[in-house]
Amino acid sequence: MLELKNIKKSFSGRKILDGISLKVTDGEIMCIVGQSGGGKTTLLRCISGLERIDEGEMMLDGKKFDPMSSKEALIGVVFQEYNLFPHLSVLENVTLAPKIALKKDPQAVEKEARQLLKKLALEGKENLYPYQLSGGQKQRVSIARALAMHPKILCYDEPTSALDPGLRDKVRDIILSLKKESMTQIIVTHDLKFAREIADDVLKVRPVS
Amino acid sequence: MNYIFEIMPSLLDGTEMTLSIFVLTLVFSLPLGLICALGRCSKFKILNAVLRFYIWLMRGTPLLLQLIFVFYGLPLLGTGIVLPRYAAALVAFVLNYTAYFAEIFRGGLQSIDRGQYESAGVLRLTYWQTIRKIIAPQVMKIVVPSIGNEVINLIKDSSLVYVIGLGDLLRAGNVASSRDVSLIPLVLVGIIYLALTAVFTWMLQNVEAVYGKWK
Repeated sequence: MLELKNIKKSFSGRKILDGISLKVTDGEIMCIVGQSGGGKTTLLRCISGLERIDEGEMMLDGKKFDPMSSKEALIGVVFQEYNLFPHLSVLENVTLAPKIALKKDPQAVEKEARQLLKKLALEGKENLYPYQLSGGQKQRVSIARALAMHPKILCYDEPTSALDPGLRDKVRDIILSLKKESMTQIIVTHDLKFAREIADDVLKVRPVS
Repeated sequence: MNYIFEIMPSLLDGTEMTLSIFVLTLVFSLPLGLICALGRCSKFKILNAVLRFYIWLMRGTPLLLQLIFVFYGLPLLGTGIVLPRYAAALVAFVLNYTAYFAEIFRGGLQSIDRGQYESAGVLRLTYWQTIRKIIAPQVMKIVVPSIGNEVINLIKDSSLVYVIGLGDLLRAGNVASSRDVSLIPLVLVGIIYLALTAVFTWMLQNVEAVYGKWK
């Protein structure tokens, strides 16, 4: 379980997060919604260790935790722009970090990556480069890349914003199927309908006035 | 024809010197240039200022002057540093080319999206892993054409070592030309330079092709 207590964050004097608290139960889907400028993405960036919080506490499974200094990849992130590595093939995108950051056995990593890609309907794309993929495929590679690190929580930043409507349902199905495998997921979205379809819990954030 | 065979050995000796300066300069200045570029992009203000001064100094004065300074100037300054000719040439070339490469690499580094660092960060790659595995290959793709320009320049710049008495290709041709009162050695020198640049141009094209596999 992830628990945030009274998280505060300002950028050059401007308050973005003012005392946010939330609990994410294991295996559930938490959606963070709200209008733009409300700090949704900032909150996600704090949880994933991309921004340092000014105040507050983060607990993971009852223990204090600092995502910035943690050595393990406890939090996986699927970025809005996917941020795939353009010079690596699909397979290499997924296997690089488990191999060199977690120092796992390369063969085992590759085998697992192929299974992940297969599960995400990317079989046969292993040797393509990101520029050869469609937006939806890139997103699924990004999901596979995050899952290969065995995170405790998987975060998505606006997973539907760059996709056309048909693909939106596909992401929803992926997220729900990961839930069946009891993956804890946090999803930032401005799409309320999407949130309603998948969320177990919703956190609304609004701009600090 | 006989004449050509007569002077060829001395020209080839000179070519060897030219190539050795060329290769060793690249071996040292390319990695150093990347490191300086990383320093230029870092947040350490002092490091940044030092590197800016160094780059200004190296790009702002002629390489010829730098060569003379490293070989003749350093001992005179009472530094106690007396370098042999070859080492002095190498030091001057490496210092000079590192500055140019640093600026080229900096341009490449700055065009890499921040998202690449963030992805690498959440995937728990260390700073150096991120640089080596994620950033460097992408920077390379961007900088290869500009680096290529400098590489071709370097082959020809290496002829400046004559000023501290090293026998390179151009000097060998000059010596033969004035001894025998003939232009043929200089024509041969030109042909050898052209052949060298043709080879390196071809190699650079291959490097570009490798990086052309992805976008």
